[in-house]
Amino acid sequence: MSTSKEITKHDLQPKQRRDLPQRSIRPNVDILEDETGITLMADLPGVTKEGLDIQVDTETLSIDGKADIEMPEGMQALYADVRATRYQRSFSLSSELDGDKAEASLKDGVLSLRIPKREQYLPRKIEIRNG
Amino acid sequence: MLPRIHGFDSGLFNEFRRLEQEMDQLFGAGFWPNTMQSVVNDNYPPINVGVTPEQVDIYLFAAGVNSENLDISINDNRLSIKGERHVERDDERNCFRKERYDGAFHKVVALPDDVDADKVEARYDNGVLHIVIQRRESSKPRQITVQ
Repeated sequence: MSTSKEITKHDLQPKQRRDLPQRSIRPNVDILEDETGITLMADLPGVTKEGLDIQVDTETLSIDGKADIEMPEGMQALYADVRATRYQRSFSLSSELDGDKAEASLKDGVLSLRIPKREQYLPRKIEIRNG
Repeated sequence: MLPRIHGFDSGLFNEFRRLEQEMDQLFGAGFWPNTMQSVVNDNYPPINVGVTPEQVDIYLFAAGVNSENLDISINDNRLSIKGERHVERDDERNCFRKERYDGAFHKVVALPDDVDADKVEARYDNGVLHIVIQRRESSKPRQITVQ
């Protein structure tokens, strides 16, 4: 019984590797830090709001975007710098950042993501009282 | 565990970068060999060109470009696309990743001989400039009937 399972697994593996076009582009990013958090900008040309998946948990930020490119039927490629329609990149989040409060926007294929620092890491102004 | 004490320039910056590199290795090297690719900046913007018997399609992957400043022209069967991308990076902030192209670009694409320079359409959507140039009727494959 277990043997038959194993065979199936083995049969599937090479096929999966061939069939799944897991090609993806590592998008270029800018990451800026200021006193209250970080801003990440990523170039995702061709990606719409619907095709973009951003996952933020306490430790990881993952960007996964699918480009929606209109192509006429039967088109033959003459030249291609871009050979994938998927963008993927992951980052590890410092514990100082509050992933729950992340905000994202997308315009003209540019993702703008803001992740604030946790409150205890924000700069605090200390009042000096008159003695 | 006590939190580590670190300066502003070494804290988020290094940890972020170090762990990201590890992740890249994980995804890039072992897991999906030869499938990760990075678009090189000195080739900005990346382009794709495709043909059908009816038309030539040119795609410029140029996110965040003001389409009003794009200068597209065809001369001597060469398509020229000039533009500029301005990336705002506030100097006051610590910039610890600076990969996005900032500046002017000029791309020239050699076109097939039979394109009709009067029949060109260009659209800029979601950061992709898509130019469609019609080809002349004569270049389409014709069915010849034997009488």
